[in-house]
Amino acid sequence: MFVPFIYRLRQHGVPVGTQEAIALAQALTMGLHDSSLDGFYYTARALLVHSEGHLDAFDQAFLAEFRGIEGKHVQLKEELLEWLKDAKLRLSDLSEEERKLVESLDLEELKKLFEERMNEQKERHDRGNKWVGTAGTSQFGRAGAAGEGIRVGGEGANRSAVQVADARKYRPYRSDLTLDVRQMEMALRRLRMWDREGADEELDLEGTIDATAKNVGELEVVTRPPSRPNTRVIFLMDVGGSMDPYVEPMSRLFSAAKKATHWKELRTYYFHNCIYGRVYKTERFDEPMYLQDLMHDCGKHYKLVIVGDALMAPYELMRQGGALSLQDDNALSGIACLTTMQQHWKSSVWLNPEPSTYWTGNTIEAVRHVFDMFQLTLEGLTQAMQFLNRGKQKQ
Amino acid sequence: MESPIRFKGTASYLTNEALETSVDCALALRKPLLVRGEPGTGKTLLAEAVAEALGTELLTWHVKSTTRAQEGLYTYDTVQRLYDSRFGDGDVRDIKRYIKLGPLGRAFTSEKRVVLLIDEVDKADIEFPNDLLHELDRMRFRVTETNEDVIAKERPVVIITSNAEKELPDAFLRRCVFHFIDFPEKELMTRIVQVHHPKLEQGLVDQAMDAFYKIRNMQRLRKRPSTSELVDWIHMLKTMGVKDVKLDKNLPFLGTLLKKEQDLVAYADQMSGGARWRS
Repeated sequence: MFVPFIYRLRQHGVPVGTQEAIALAQALTMGLHDSSLDGFYYTARALLVHSEGHLDAFDQAFLAEFRGIEGKHVQLKEELLEWLKDAKLRLSDLSEEERKLVESLDLEELKKLFEERMNEQKERHDRGNKWVGTAGTSQFGRAGAAGEGIRVGGEGANRSAVQVADARKYRPYRSDLTLDVRQMEMALRRLRMWDREGADEELDLEGTIDATAKNVGELEVVTRPPSRPNTRVIFLMDVGGSMDPYVEPMSRLFSAAKKATHWKELRTYYFHNCIYGRVYKTERFDEPMYLQDLMHDCGKHYKLVIVGDALMAPYELMRQGGALSLQDDNALSGIACLTTMQQHWKSSVWLNPEPSTYWTGNTIEAVRHVFDMFQLTLEGLTQAMQFLNRGKQKQ
Repeated sequence: MESPIRFKGTASYLTNEALETSVDCALALRKPLLVRGEPGTGKTLLAEAVAEALGTELLTWHVKSTTRAQEGLYTYDTVQRLYDSRFGDGDVRDIKRYIKLGPLGRAFTSEKRVVLLIDEVDKADIEFPNDLLHELDRMRFRVTETNEDVIAKERPVVIITSNAEKELPDAFLRRCVFHFIDFPEKELMTRIVQVHHPKLEQGLVDQAMDAFYKIRNMQRLRKRPSTSELVDWIHMLKTMGVKDVKLDKNLPFLGTLLKKEQDLVAYADQMSGGARWRS
């Protein structure tokens, strides 16, 4: 049964549920998989995976579950035996050379050789003289020129499911790896709000037609406020120190955010380790912007995105006057400052480049109590943007 | 139980086992088939191939950024009705005359089973696919103006295409059979080229394919050339009688492969950079 496989998939982060399991069961009952492991692989993949981002995880789960169940090999062995039986009968049709070849290999030896090569060989192979493949001169394969050649499998031209899964060619499509600018742009594009704001100055043509028609032809004009993109975003970035290893992804995120033309306003500021009284307009920490002023300027409808590893010494976060730099106004402790910010803006997220496995037992955990935290990967970024769209919030 | 239909591609549309299985699943389980992949890998052509293989009609619904789900079902032509009432043409009381069925509505009312292609579903608003969930599930909808139900006579085969770069709502994805069209490997690509240009010299095909894959693997390309570009390019080479293709600065008809100015610049850069490095 495939039920353990379903759970394995969930472990690997492929979101499958009852609906998918039932669909797969139905497909298997109808025999869509041709009772072979390869067929099962493709059928399961079609029904259980819903996004190319999960294909690689599916391949891995499939390998973990089915490596070693070499269904294809069993089938091959049978075919091999059959062919040899056949060949023996046709010995008289063969040329001198070919007969020698067949006689030179006994059954056991041939089987052993065959299996060895199947195991050695990972890729499909054409036109060679050793590997199992097509159009070659090896003893194994299809459409070859070695005597009769053993035709391998029904679909000899294709890789077996385990081999396909093993090639892991969907790895670049994984959505939980760190990402490039373009992918980030796509993820950021999810964050968009349209608002009808202001006076009723736009003619609602459809509304007018509808109202007029319903009014049996007596003209009735309907107006509405114009629709405008109304997403305003504040980006706060942690720079320096422990963030240095993440310069690359950070700069990519930054350029993606700058390119996001669908936002009405984007403000970016920098800080180091933790936010106290102020943030800075440049990476060199000059031109300070007081938090008070920032909160005054930017109403609660701004979306706040903080990017940082949230790793620091506990006193930097918890104690008053814990700031590393003396010029920081440090009347409030870092954590209190963060809490104030979180409460001021209606929706906010914290993006963390650290892998989520390191998020416990340090200052990250404390910061997570304040902000909703997402990992800085394509998946995390997408989730974060969706989260901002919904505008729900920790209390 | 009748044995399910098996899709094997058509004379001009080559498939692989993965794609065939996905189509078979969609047909047997009567779920919509969602096809994703890079632009130019033949997503739209798949629908035509399925229609051809099943011997049925193909209805196409091209989705645009302004398309709303309602348009696929039906539209109520209020303007026509308004005109008619003003100028006294036709019977204004019969609302039915002003209900125009959309592609989905036509697919439902068709006497025979049809293939319905919903092309580039990602172009519309994010919520668009969600608005169609119920109709695709139940294969029925209600025309509120006339209070009539439109119920599918023969469940249409629904094929939905989407570009790789946009996300679709989860609830929608869960109801579809999913297939991601890979970029074809060299062997399949050679067969595809042969299907489109059967009489081409093998030497030229090899050279062209070689150059094509090298360009595709170049760094810094924004829009990497894909199957349709390759087929077009080889068509150009054939009609202009080019006998020899070499990957250098003056690759013939580069414009058919690379469509973006930045990509052409990047290409020239890498070509001249390579030359400098060699000398």
